Amino acid sequence: MNLPIYLDNNATTPMDPRVLEAMLPYFTNKFGNAASRNHPFGWVAEEAVDYAREQVAKLIGANEKEIIFTSGATESDNLGIKGVFEMYKEKGNHIITCTTEHKAVLDTCKHLEKQGARVTYLPVQSDGLLDLALLEQHMTNETILVCIMYGNNEIGVIQPVKEIAAIAHKFGALFMTDATQAVGKIPVDVIKDGIDILAMSAHKMYGPKGIGALYVRRKNPRVKVTAQMDGGGHERGMRSGTLNVPGIVGLGKACELCLQDMEADTIRLSALRDKLEAALTVMEESYVNGNVNHRLPHVANISFKYVEGEGLMMAMKDLAVSSGSACTSASLEPSYVLKSLGLSDDLAHSSIRFGLGRFTTEEEVDYAVKVTMDAVNHLRELSPLWEMFKEGIDLDSIEWAEH
Amino acid sequence: MAYSDKVIDHYTHPRNVGTLDKSKNTVGTGLVGAPECGDVMRLQIEVNADNVITDAKFKTFGCGSAIASSSLATEWLKGKSIDDAMKIDNMDIVEELALPPVKIHCSVLAEDAIKAAINDYRVKNGMEALVSEKAHH
Repeated sequence: MNLPIYLDNNATTPMDPRVLEAMLPYFTNKFGNAASRNHPFGWVAEEAVDYAREQVAKLIGANEKEIIFTSGATESDNLGIKGVFEMYKEKGNHIITCTTEHKAVLDTCKHLEKQGARVTYLPVQSDGLLDLALLEQHMTNETILVCIMYGNNEIGVIQPVKEIAAIAHKFGALFMTDATQAVGKIPVDVIKDGIDILAMSAHKMYGPKGIGALYVRRKNPRVKVTAQMDGGGHERGMRSGTLNVPGIVGLGKACELCLQDMEADTIRLSALRDKLEAALTVMEESYVNGNVNHRLPHVANISFKYVEGEGLMMAMKDLAVSSGSACTSASLEPSYVLKSLGLSDDLAHSSIRFGLGRFTTEEEVDYAVKVTMDAVNHLRELSPLWEMFKEGIDLDSIEWAEH
Repeated sequence: MAYSDKVIDHYTHPRNVGTLDKSKNTVGTGLVGAPECGDVMRLQIEVNADNVITDAKFKTFGCGSAIASSSLATEWLKGKSIDDAMKIDNMDIVEELALPPVKIHCSVLAEDAIKAAINDYRVKNGMEALVSEKAHH
């Protein structure tokens, strides 16, 4: 077992060596510009791009003509949301999203508010799921887009996208989903799920960084997004810029491997995740955040009450995880996703996200459990809050001095 | 962000972790910060008849820098008179632990905890609480 152990696979994943192998020729021998129509260098590149487009489309049940390559999920989110807002502004200006979305969605919506959009940020329930009745209440004839993520990056909760899409369509709105964390991990099917626009990224699924895709539906209905970059009119005019051929080949290969390995990976990773979670929640005052039944197979977000996440991570030596605490930022604000679930600030500050991946082993998980338990116990020995809790003092009864 | 060796040392081997009997008149207790801010420090001092600090203990809920700041504070407090202890400045802690700018608030909290503990002792023993200049936030 090599240290440190990487358990932050929701931040990024290592690239699968098979993906790298597929990409390598496209940096050197096969370096052509996919838009060069007049010589074999261009044709070879174009062929590789076409093949990758099919691999991506196949993973999500789309047609290859519906795949637009971008630089990643952030660009895809921007292009999808801004592109719809500009293309459909005759119809209306209302967008619905929710408070646990990624910043790439939330900040894009905030940007559009300055341009005249009306945006509804729906709260989620305490388990992280969207309340469908609440969504329906907020739908109007002016609503042009409902944008709700597939799987959450912090807690892994999977939204009922099929039902959400049905509600959006009932009111004549488009349904977009940021599926960055879900694609490649669980079955995502744009037809069955009723998805009109979907954002995804390669580096969350064992592919390279700097490449992603936007799925834009071509029929029933035919969806169009206004380009956000002017230039050569690549990608059916929706995204100009010379195609990142090695990246695209890598994304395609990553999709193919995910499709091939998904079932086995899911069975193995959810078993390891459950083992980790069961072992850690044996400890007093530790809580799993988010709905545990509708969840990505490889994520566990756990709050260890009365210890602070950043301090905890420091004690979890040789484990790369992430925390909902944000003691380094000027605001000291903990995770807005956890706060959206109604978690008190102290529980949000006490959270650790464990993100397992294709290359995580059982030995690593066992080691992580041991290190985490030792760290929590060590820090609770140091924690005045733990002492007060043990003495039966109600922490809410204390008048804390805010600073 | 990488931590300095001194922060890691105090964090890994915190000095003077523990609890003094807060009901005793010779003990002053400072409890500062708030759970929702992600930092709570409790710092306690035991003072003799000459107003010299003979023992100091802490417990801290917070990040590594907060734990290290309070651990260091207890080391510095022992053997100091309460008047000298009142002069400990948060920037001394920043310098000693090489805290980066985003962690300065940890040292501020430690200074606040020292002053709160001393004032608790003073008030318990019929002295007025001292109001000090606000630490360098």
